[in-house]
Amino acid sequence: MDVRHGSDVKPPRPARWRRLALLLLLIPFVGTLWVASYASLTPRLWGIPFFYWYQLLWIVISAGITIIVYAVDRS
Amino acid sequence: MHLVALTVVVALFAFVTVLGFVAARWRRGDLDLLHEWGLAGGRFGTVVTWFLLGGDLYTAYTFIAVPALVFSAGAIGFFAVPYTIIVYPLVFVLMPRLWSVSRAHGYVTPADFVRGRYGSSTLALAVAVAGILATMPYIALQLVGIQVVIAGLGITGTGFMGDLPLIIAFVILAAYTYSSGLRAPAMIALVKDALIFIAVIAAITIIPARLGGYGHIFAAVPTARLLPAPKQYAAYATLALGSALALFLYPHSITGVLSSSGRDVIKRNAAFLPAYSILLGLIALLGFMAVAAGIKPDAVYGAQWAVPALFNMMFPQWFAGVAFAAIAIGALVPAAIMSIATANLFTRNIYREYFRPNATPRQEARVAKAASLVVKFGALAFILALQNARQEAINFQLLGGVWILQTFPAVIFGLYTRWFHRWALLAGWVVGMVSGTAMAASQHFTAIYPLHVGSLAIAGYSAFFALIGNIAVTVLLTLVLDAVGVARGTDETIAADYTGAHVSVLDVARDTERTQSRTGTVTA
Repeated sequence: MDVRHGSDVKPPRPARWRRLALLLLLIPFVGTLWVASYASLTPRLWGIPFFYWYQLLWIVISAGITIIVYAVDRS
Repeated sequence: MHLVALTVVVALFAFVTVLGFVAARWRRGDLDLLHEWGLAGGRFGTVVTWFLLGGDLYTAYTFIAVPALVFSAGAIGFFAVPYTIIVYPLVFVLMPRLWSVSRAHGYVTPADFVRGRYGSSTLALAVAVAGILATMPYIALQLVGIQVVIAGLGITGTGFMGDLPLIIAFVILAAYTYSSGLRAPAMIALVKDALIFIAVIAAITIIPARLGGYGHIFAAVPTARLLPAPKQYAAYATLALGSALALFLYPHSITGVLSSSGRDVIKRNAAFLPAYSILLGLIALLGFMAVAAGIKPDAVYGAQWAVPALFNMMFPQWFAGVAFAAIAIGALVPAAIMSIATANLFTRNIYREYFRPNATPRQEARVAKAASLVVKFGALAFILALQNARQEAINFQLLGGVWILQTFPAVIFGLYTRWFHRWALLAGWVVGMVSGTAMAASQHFTAIYPLHVGSLAIAGYSAFFALIGNIAVTVLLTLVLDAVGVARGTDETIAADYTGAHVSVLDVARDTERTQSRTGTVTA
């Protein structure tokens, strides 16, 4: 089943940058799974308690981080 | 009966039904081949994959179950937000590897990969069984979503006539899935997602305005329900993490990933799929809006009733129709993909493995089509037989999470290392399945289990606790089995398969075809 052509195997790209960038992907885990850090009603935003808008904000931050990592990954 | 809303729903349903059948002609392929029927040939680009995965992952769970949990239990129900945040970094890192190795070896299911990686059809069977088992209640949950919408339209008959709308919807779904395969839900997903975006944007602007703003909405909720108690922090975090680790082990998620045309398509989607998570977060808040609107749980549907009742109260009938259609179609799309994915599992890892080792791709496609019917009508019978499952389906879905998460070591660790022994993985799977099911059963099939460590009780997601036991057993037994020298099985993959560094079987086949048609010669 395997079809491989030696000439098609690309050399690994400079891996250090990419590895470091991947570590950025750990940030959302800390930001969202450390519940004690954000289980608070204040400060409110437009009447929405902190607990809720903080987590909604993390959706955007996390997507932004993923886009950055993707950009580094491609360059 | 709400005639205007009903007319809108029926019209939109008729429209997606036509799309479902027309989809067979989209990016035409030979639908008598399994990878064409079940993976649409693996040719979907970034945009189609975005719609397909969005339609696939955000289900009746998102539109009905999550707001229902927020409505009835408060803050803890919001765990779905961190869950759908951290799932995407995982997708970004893990899924391109699975895509590449699957493309290189022609794998259609996660169990195919496990079989190739560990040379163990038994371990593959375990992965397939967990996949099928976990998906069944998930499909049932979609059916509950459709039932709630039907009730929201004011159709509340009892007995066979009461069930008839659901049965009709499902027969139609089964027919176009059978004929068009994955192309049908992919095409319908475009309509579904458009409707959902419209309905949610309308909901979060109109409803808070009518309820006097977000300040008023949150003021109407008892303060104790607005935050998780410190004792619930672990439950909140493990529900989010466990669900995130589980999501891309589900056969329907992997089917969505494998149908995409490249690694880059997956990575781009990991960056852009969070748009749906914003929707999910806003939909979750509908639960609090239902509280503020004074909606009470329904006798039949319990808290599941919150969102349809809110829409009936707040929207003009025609728009409630659009929103209901969005939810119903939003349940049909994942139900279709789930049935296709379990059919792929049955065909590849049970039928071909144990009954017909020499099955041709055509026979595989035939069996898969039949299996997709069996799966769907099994879920339908399940829901109709257990009328009180309407309230319990959410818990069955969390039980599905307990089961599917036990395939994590074999599938995800397997993407990186062959250090784990195949029989150790199997033993870990057994321990995880049994202990997870037992923990869930002891809590009447709710998701949170109070684990006692010494004098300390930690309440957390039983799936997560079971996974820890699973991994511990897998590690220990790997050491033991290697020390004793039990055979490890052959690994048919190589490191380059995972990084997409070489040409795949499918691409070579396609290139050869093209060369042949261009030059008219047959090359070896």
